[in-house]
Amino acid sequence: MNIVVCVKHIPDPNIPGELEGGRLKRSGVQGVLDPGDEFGVETGLQLKEAHGGEVTLVSMGPPTAMEAIRRGLSMGADKGLLVSDDALQGACALVTARVLAAAIKKSGPFDLVIAGVESTDGYTGTMPSTLAELLDVPQVTFVKRLDSADGTIRADRQTAEGYQVVESPLPALITVTAGVNSPRYASFKGIMAAKKKPVDNLSIGDLGLSSEEVTSMQQIASVGSAEARKAGEVIEDDGTGAQRVAEFLKEAKVI
Amino acid sequence: MSKIWVYAEVSNGKVDPTALEILTKARDLAEDVEGVVLGPGATEAASVLGEYGATTVYASDDPVYADYVAQPAAHALYQLIQQHSPDVVLFAMNYDSRDIAGRLSAKTGSTLMSNVFEILGSDRAQTGIFGGATLVDVDLQGSPKLLLVRPKSFEPEPSGGSAKVVPVDIDIPDELKKSRRLERHEEAASGPRLEEAPIVLAGGRGLQDPSNFKLLDELASEIGDAAVGATRAVVDAGWVPYAMQIGQTGTTVKPGVYLAFGISGATQHIVGMKGAKKIVAINKDEEAPIFQIADLGIVGDALKILPQLIEEVRSRKG
Ligand SMILES: Cc1cc2nc3c(=O)[nH]c(=O)nc-3n(C[C@H](O)[C@H](O)[C@H](O)COP(=O)(O)OP(=O)(O)OC[C@H]3O[C@@H](n4cnc5c(N)ncnc54)[C@H](O)[C@@H]3O)c2cc1C
Ligand SMILES: Nc1ncnc2c1ncn2[C@@H]1O[C@H](COP(=O)(O)O)[C@@H](O)[C@H]1O
Repeated sequence: MNIVVCVKHIPDPNIPGELEGGRLKRSGVQGVLDPGDEFGVETGLQLKEAHGGEVTLVSMGPPTAMEAIRRGLSMGADKGLLVSDDALQGACALVTARVLAAAIKKSGPFDLVIAGVESTDGYTGTMPSTLAELLDVPQVTFVKRLDSADGTIRADRQTAEGYQVVESPLPALITVTAGVNSPRYASFKGIMAAKKKPVDNLSIGDLGLSSEEVTSMQQIASVGSAEARKAGEVIEDDGTGAQRVAEFLKEAKVI
Repeated sequence: MSKIWVYAEVSNGKVDPTALEILTKARDLAEDVEGVVLGPGATEAASVLGEYGATTVYASDDPVYADYVAQPAAHALYQLIQQHSPDVVLFAMNYDSRDIAGRLSAKTGSTLMSNVFEILGSDRAQTGIFGGATLVDVDLQGSPKLLLVRPKSFEPEPSGGSAKVVPVDIDIPDELKKSRRLERHEEAASGPRLEEAPIVLAGGRGLQDPSNFKLLDELASEIGDAAVGATRAVVDAGWVPYAMQIGQTGTTVKPGVYLAFGISGATQHIVGMKGAKKIVAINKDEEAPIFQIADLGIVGDALKILPQLIEEVRSRKG
């Protein structure tokens, strides 16, 4: 089974975010593999262990995004593909999908593309569906459990009310939720091995995309603060905390 | 803006309430507000959309739209867009709509903006970051503009109108019938629905153990009109079903009172509950970010306070 996993390099979510020109500041900020994409890498590795084949990581981002690919390789993926180009700064979801689609097509035939449900920094949650359309394959999003056999996948797809069981032939694209598995840690051996695994560096020119196709169709017009909610009273529970809450509820006329 | 479309989800014969919120907003923005609804129950849903301001509704009851994920609906929408050229298509930021809008963006080659909080014109919309504390206005290009609007961004109000229903009859090619829904499971909780309840009690990792969610259930049934929700941390840990998740990737709630028990107040959680009229937080860490938006904060052990609160409510009810 040939599996492609989308991996995004994002500013470390544990460090409070800063803005730069209305966007999340990225340059000079410690980056990590999006924690949401670790579930995608783990899903890919488990499928490879069950069915054989190869796991290829694809990412679009600045040259530092190589860190995210190396991290996925050290978990056990086989090779990587990074598309970097200055022209891609501030790319919208459609542009990102066009770039990743072109990169995936260039890397050869695939059975399954895996992405996260939404990225931790951008959270548009739409890039994968757009990618599926561009690759002309069906999609199963919000996967929280996955089975695969005989060229078919069957998944539990999370919904607002519960879940659906969805079946699709391959090739297909799936997005995985945080509940789907527990990502493995990279072992020391894995980290050493990752350094020797092949990674292709591509630019827009290598992908045959026109400059129009990679121009973001969203521009930040202005940034402002929302009307801040004022913090109210904060008190230490000295045994009367529950009473205070009950009084509050009474005043709000809910009890 | 001349023509706005609202794509409305329908399931079990019920129109997605967010579609009605969006229709109400669309009425302020354009003369021509039209709806599209696809799947079983669509024709009936069309009349509801009319009551909220759609003058024309394109509807198809064809089960193909419910049976197969995203592809048939994206195909049909694209055909309809080519025939009728709307300037803007609005979707609710829900599961199925997100999938459909994503595919549609590839077909139209026009922009798709997610997490829209406010629509500012035919080519500008607003979103929020850092849990909604910072608002960002975004200029949009391409046609039609595709916007995914967060639930509960607008108050729904009937217009007293009615819609002309135009049946949609589009042939869906077999190659778009691949990703198929075989079963549907609902993890329905008892009591009022989370997104509609006037009081929401939410628990986080601070509740220590899944069994302690029973205390929230007990408090909810004492109060009566309350629903129980949770953070993603405890949903991911398998303590409670996903249907209870509040936040960025879960349900958006806007109750009269929201009570947070052992919840830190991460931005992705806050974006799903910041619309609450009153917020009460109980957390043992006085530095917890949730206190910055709480009307009443109690620094203390939620597990000690919950049983006392159940008693307090019980005694005050009498
Ligand atoms: C892309 C993305 C989407 C996300 N979407 C969502 C979403 O939709 N909804 C969501 O909720 N999260 C979401 N998250 C996760 C979010 O970032 C936080 O991790 C999560 O909300 C934290 O949950 P928590 O408050 O239960 O846990 P924690 O952050 O671990 O907080 C637990 C709190 O409990 C307190 N505590 C501990 N013991 C007690 C006690 N005995 N009594 C009282 N207080 C106690 C602690 O002081 C702490 O503040 C998302 C994250 C990402 C990256
Ligand atoms: N620049 C990128 N490079 C690789 N994968 C990406 C990129 N942007 C988004 N993705 C994938 O798409 C998912 C959803 O992202 P988003 O649409 O930004 O919420 C992420 O979890 C990733 O798997």
